[in-house]
Amino acid sequence: MTEARPKAQVDREFSELYRSHLRDVYSYAYYRIGNHHDAEDLTEQTFLQAYRHFERAQRESEGRPLRPWLIRIAHNLAANYYRDRSRRPQTPIDDASVLSSPHDTESLVEGRERLQRIIEGVGELPDDRREALIMRFALGMGNREIARALGRSDGATKVLLHRATRQLEEIVKDGVAVS
Amino acid sequence: MTGEAADFETLLRQALSPVEPPANLYERLEATLADLTELAADELEAWELSAMGDPRNWVRPAAAVVVGTTAGTALVLLRARRRAQRRRGGADAVRELAERAARDVVAEARRALRPVPPAR
Repeated sequence: MTEARPKAQVDREFSELYRSHLRDVYSYAYYRIGNHHDAEDLTEQTFLQAYRHFERAQRESEGRPLRPWLIRIAHNLAANYYRDRSRRPQTPIDDASVLSSPHDTESLVEGRERLQRIIEGVGELPDDRREALIMRFALGMGNREIARALGRSDGATKVLLHRATRQLEEIVKDGVAVS
Repeated sequence: MTGEAADFETLLRQALSPVEPPANLYERLEATLADLTELAADELEAWELSAMGDPRNWVRPAAAVVVGTTAGTALVLLRARRRAQRRRGGADAVRELAERAARDVVAEARRALRPVPPAR
């Protein structure tokens, strides 16, 4: 049987976990849901759930990183969020942080439109593909981490990511052709 | 990977850049987690108090036990009431936990007030 650790130590470790991954969970929630207000709520709920099951997760992870576990909690909560409220993801439109590097006006507008089209395209993808892309590109997660978060094999995750990227590329191309 | 695919992935990385959480979210979460931690500690204390009043642990005369249990129960209830006051207006999750803690306290108190079983 595993010996129980002092509560203060568990709390300290949880505090480290949440400081290290608050941005990951928030980014995931924001791109998944599409607005800051609900992303904040989802992030808070994710950490409250995580706190309740933290010790068990630590035991079962056997030293592996807990980020996929956290993202899986957020993923489940986001699924409930849509199911309970019959909502669909909204496309984030007001986050200009990605466009802050200096460009001349014309290329800035072009670049902005292209990135905007990509973000909209992500919102048009099926749920599993959208999530895989968010984990890969917004959170910088590797194949194995994404596989753990989604509960899939490494191979299936690699295929999922590849298909998601190709489908998004097509969506963006079609959008550009139409406009 | 082709150059075109690599370019697209670069664009994708730019489009989905990480989003910094608002500063007040750090504070909000810190406060909620601190509340939870404190609540958990209070629950443990309450449990210890009621465990001391558990009939199976009683070896003293019945009169002393009744006095001790009443005092213990009063203290537990006082703490529960104080906790409820402290947490009024807090986050829903914390309120739920506080209510659950209060229910637990009542259950423990009832258990403690049950008649003492005859010694074997």
